[in-house]
Amino acid sequence: MNLTVASSPHIRGNFSTRRIMLDVVIALLPALCVGTFVLGWRSLVVALISVAAAVAAEWLYGMVTKSRNTVIDGSAMVTGLLLAMTLPHTVPYWMAAVGSAFAIIFVKMLCGGLGQNIFNPALTARAFLMLIYPVGLTRYVGVDGVTAATPLHHMVMPALPEESLLDMFLGNCPGSIGEISALALLIGGAYLVYRKVISIRIPAAYIGTVAVMTLVFYRTEEPFAWMGYQLLSGGLLLGAIFMATDYATSPATPVGQVLYGVGCGGLTVFFRYFGLFPEGVTYAILIMNALVWLIDRHTAPRRFGVKKGGAAK
Amino acid sequence: MNKLFFGGVHPKYNKEMSTQDPVLQTITPKTVVIPMQQHIGAPCVPLVQVGDQVKRGQKIGDAEGLCVPVHASVSGTVVAIERRPHPTAGTALAVVIENDFKDETVTNPIPGTEDEILHAIREAGIVGMGGAAFPGNVKALSAMGNVDTLIANGCECEPYITADDTLLRTNPEQVLEGMMILAKILVPQRIVLAVEDNKAQAIAKLKALQAQFPKIEIKVLPTLYPQGAEKQLCQSVTGREVLPGKLPVSVGCAVFNVSTFAAIYRAVKLGMPLTARIVTVSGEAISKPQNFIVPMGTPFEVLVKAAGGLNDKTERVISGGPMMGFAQSNLEAPVVKATNSILCLLKDENGAAENPVCLRCGKCVEACPMRLQPLYMYRYVKANRLDQLERLNLMDCMECGACAFTCPGKLPLVEKFRLGKKMIREAGKK
Repeated sequence: MNLTVASSPHIRGNFSTRRIMLDVVIALLPALCVGTFVLGWRSLVVALISVAAAVAAEWLYGMVTKSRNTVIDGSAMVTGLLLAMTLPHTVPYWMAAVGSAFAIIFVKMLCGGLGQNIFNPALTARAFLMLIYPVGLTRYVGVDGVTAATPLHHMVMPALPEESLLDMFLGNCPGSIGEISALALLIGGAYLVYRKVISIRIPAAYIGTVAVMTLVFYRTEEPFAWMGYQLLSGGLLLGAIFMATDYATSPATPVGQVLYGVGCGGLTVFFRYFGLFPEGVTYAILIMNALVWLIDRHTAPRRFGVKKGGAAK
Repeated sequence: MNKLFFGGVHPKYNKEMSTQDPVLQTITPKTVVIPMQQHIGAPCVPLVQVGDQVKRGQKIGDAEGLCVPVHASVSGTVVAIERRPHPTAGTALAVVIENDFKDETVTNPIPGTEDEILHAIREAGIVGMGGAAFPGNVKALSAMGNVDTLIANGCECEPYITADDTLLRTNPEQVLEGMMILAKILVPQRIVLAVEDNKAQAIAKLKALQAQFPKIEIKVLPTLYPQGAEKQLCQSVTGREVLPGKLPVSVGCAVFNVSTFAAIYRAVKLGMPLTARIVTVSGEAISKPQNFIVPMGTPFEVLVKAAGGLNDKTERVISGGPMMGFAQSNLEAPVVKATNSILCLLKDENGAAENPVCLRCGKCVEACPMRLQPLYMYRYVKANRLDQLERLNLMDCMECGACAFTCPGKLPLVEKFRLGKKMIREAGKK
């Protein structure tokens, strides 16, 4: 009998990296289903290509650098799927593949791999694609197959979109593959919170901030409708629930997470109101990504036994 | 119930495994190995020689300073005085006694006045029996005049262990009597027996005795690891936070384990030194998990056999609990005063990963009852950054293991924190 002599604790909880990654994929399925159902089968193909490219890139990186193969942890799959969710279903297939490979190799692996990257790989890849081939990412085709303006395009004017709030909640509107149905995203978010994969702090702070800011600084006659459309349009829910909660690129302290969510929300509204593009979620989150270590450092939980603001010694 | 302290985790408790057998069997070992170091402080010097006849309860080791004596736990002959395996210290000098099964006993004088009580506690060899093994009389002395709350710790928040639970189910009055003895010396305003709400039988027994002990408050706390950690327990009972690097007495609390109170009762009222304790033998690798009354110095092997023996696939044997206990390399070590449990576990399927990676998920921050940031501490231990480790208050870590338990990346957090603390201590010496 060989007894293992190792440090305590001798038992571990049942969280694991793979379980978490699998849960994120499961949580994204409702949104992918709606995207495929409403926008067509091409959505699913884009998603599959994006995932395949991400996994292949990570596997190749491991081969070329002769390092441990990390494909098995499932994180490349998540990155590929997340990128696909932000793309229009009309995007050229090569763009999905190039974006995924860029996300994995340049944003994640070259920064040290899982947990080490500063910027959200999927969103950085989206920003990169936006630079090299903007047409592919800004041409949306509506439910009827005709090129259409997304609700956000209307709101730049500013005017309320043609779609009803209910249609937008359910996903009956043009937009990116994973962004159109608020309901599907909220179901996915609820699942992640229930499974304790994410805490509700970042999404709640993010969405709450956007709600308050758009209500206060409304731009049409109907403030509440304006707020409703702001919350349901574009990548806000996808960003707040799935992108801003990315572990590696968000704060680890509870207070930091709230601050980070508020920052993302504030920047999103700022970019939507004053930016060049109708959408601001990508850049809002990427900028906040850069501040994560700073936020963590200044939001350490109060030391046990020391009153707030009290001396440490 | 509401959480009374920050953080904490809910491991699978597995306590029912060892509470099924209603009979509390007493072990009578052939030989006992009694280490001279069973407490924090100076080790005892043997007072006997090889060949001596000893009786149960006879003092066989003692020393000056921060030290309490050790006693023979069986009657018989001293056959060796040498270094032997120790459950937490590797090896230690020990007196080996061969049992003559005559069970001849000696007792200590019963203290008459209050002044003599502390001396009687010392002479009985009483230490904190929850794991720290700090000399009981010294802790009581330091609390005199400084505390307004006396707390009996019956939380037993470590999974598997049911030794304190068994004591509370079988002899609750000993614990309550022990509390009243210390209350007489410390004169606290509140006398609290704290127990986690997963011990229904023990709570019922205690509540039934409430009328006899009207001054004692039975406080039922939510089950949450590490509820039984001293600092967290003080916080749950009084709302006060013990200052960094300080003891509970600094916020007016004196905390003793329930087993310690029962030992105090036996020492003060019956003159019985601490020569036996309740030990849980449990875990998936044990065929008949149960509690035993065990003479100090009984080798683990004897207990494991009494509990039906070990599964061939046993991966770990632990002295203490699965969260903070000490892994053993064999079954040679003896039960000492702080040994509340022997756990035999099969391979944990959730165990440490080959290539642990931090995801930065922050679950460790949410789990840490000391409100530390384990993910950053881990990083900076690996990078040898002592300045950063001090900024992050690494020394506040009590190694409860909540962070490592919850970590999806299976990082060896506690292991690295021990290393980091050692680095800080060594740097401090220079």
